[in-house]
Amino acid sequence: MVQFEGMSDAELPLPLLEGHSSRGRLEQVLRAGEFAVTAELNPPDSADPNDVFERGAVFDGWVDGINATDGSGANCHMSSVGICALLTRVGYSPIMQISCRDHNRIAIQGNVLGAAAMGVNNILCLTGDGVQAGDQPEAKPVFDLDCMSLLRTIRQMRDDGMLLSGRKLTTPPRVFLGAAINPFAPPYDFRPMRLAKKIEAGAQFVQSQYCFDLPMLETYMTRVRDMGLHEKCFILIGVGPMASARAARWIRTNVPGIHIPDAIIDRLEGAENQKEEGKKICIEMLQQIREMDGVSGAHVMAYRQEELVAEIVHESGVLKGRSPWRRSPNPDFAAVAEAVEHGIEHMGEPVKPSDAVAAASE
Amino acid sequence: MVKVAYHPAQQNPIARTRSAFTIRLWSVRHSRFLEKIYKGLASLFLKLHPVWTALGYSRVEKPVVAVEKRVKAFLFDCRMCGQCVLSDTGMSCPMNCPKSLRNGPCGGVRSNGNCEVEPDMPCVWGEAWKGSQQMQGGDQILKVQKPIDHSLRGSSAWLRATSEAALQEEDK
Ligand code: SF4
Repeated sequence: MVQFEGMSDAELPLPLLEGHSSRGRLEQVLRAGEFAVTAELNPPDSADPNDVFERGAVFDGWVDGINATDGSGANCHMSSVGICALLTRVGYSPIMQISCRDHNRIAIQGNVLGAAAMGVNNILCLTGDGVQAGDQPEAKPVFDLDCMSLLRTIRQMRDDGMLLSGRKLTTPPRVFLGAAINPFAPPYDFRPMRLAKKIEAGAQFVQSQYCFDLPMLETYMTRVRDMGLHEKCFILIGVGPMASARAARWIRTNVPGIHIPDAIIDRLEGAENQKEEGKKICIEMLQQIREMDGVSGAHVMAYRQEELVAEIVHESGVLKGRSPWRRSPNPDFAAVAEAVEHGIEHMGEPVKPSDAVAAASE
Repeated sequence: MVKVAYHPAQQNPIARTRSAFTIRLWSVRHSRFLEKIYKGLASLFLKLHPVWTALGYSRVEKPVVAVEKRVKAFLFDCRMCGQCVLSDTGMSCPMNCPKSLRNGPCGGVRSNGNCEVEPDMPCVWGEAWKGSQQMQGGDQILKVQKPIDHSLRGSSAWLRATSEAALQEEDK
């Protein structure tokens, strides 16, 4: 492998273990039978890399993968490719989300190759919310592929080394393929079969929508276990703290696909400190999900409360003493850590050309 | 609701009125019956394969498309994707899904079973699931569909299915 000077160890891929399809830590943790935790990074509305590094740093040592959302809720933010490029630079393990809403098959396959080249090991295939949900409802929705054909396309790229057109790839992307599930939306009896279809199309792990209804999840999981799907695919259940009853109500009516029972909202309403209660509910969910048969992990979505993720994971004790990879303790990453801590100089302010030349010749 | 500068005659720019899918919903409810008709029609078309070849598939394409378009637009709100999957999807046309999902419902289906994008429309896939359960080939809905081939838009799915079936018979 060609190594350029200045490339840190953080960027060196892990060895490809037998039976694994990626070199990523997430796959290794899951295949080792550990309860995995992933979280969602709040993508910045800026062009400053430090925004990404700072937002990634709050998960340090608590999660096995960081989801880089792709215009979630049809709102525009920094692209998932961009976020992943930055996260892999400092050694984090991103899960790149690809939404079918905004790109056609040509753009998507190109992005998959680019991402894999940057060290992205996990890709999550999504259909995406409709443009009506976001800040630019006048946009043209693409939906060239759906999540299922997207899964199949990337699997073909990886396993057969071939683009959708049949053209050969010289190096296929080594990625661990994910998809989304929503056990909490109708038609309920079709949902487990939809998971079976996703597995057939190539899904190796799935992350679910927010779970606030354990009996509903149990019904779904029973069916999933009967069909043996939990043995073919790692299932990560989504959880997250609600900041207040008002926020929960707003999310329930405005964000597609989220089911929050009245009981949860009442409980938040009746609490003295709603934020604290939201966190408590989330911890309880997490603990109960951990004990559920067939569940391999949790996906913590703490929108605008990302700093709570570490506390939630810690207080719930779901990791049972295991500690996910963290950046700082490894002395090899000192230079990268330094750069993250102190920011990249001159970011934002233009440098006079003469200064730049002087600096370059020093 | 969606923000628009101009509302023609107080119409929601996205939502179609319920009456627009009364027939489509009827078709799904009668999927079993339509499946039989479809099978009959398919075998008739296949029997006519020599006729189509004699006339030339490309020459009959235009008149067949004209008929197919009218019939299927009336019954299913067909968008003439040219690669019909109605018999796999419980007689509910997936091209009416605002996200063109051809493999099942997205996670955004509302708790009343309506579409995330068009709040007044029952989810095309919720309907498909109901329709497929009445059909003999109902488990076809579990098949993973190929990505849609946009170059086939506007062509006759009937003729394509026929010529493919004829090819398969020859292979046997
Ligand atoms: S699947 Fe295609 S051909 Fe069939 S009814 Fe729908 S748009 Fe028409």
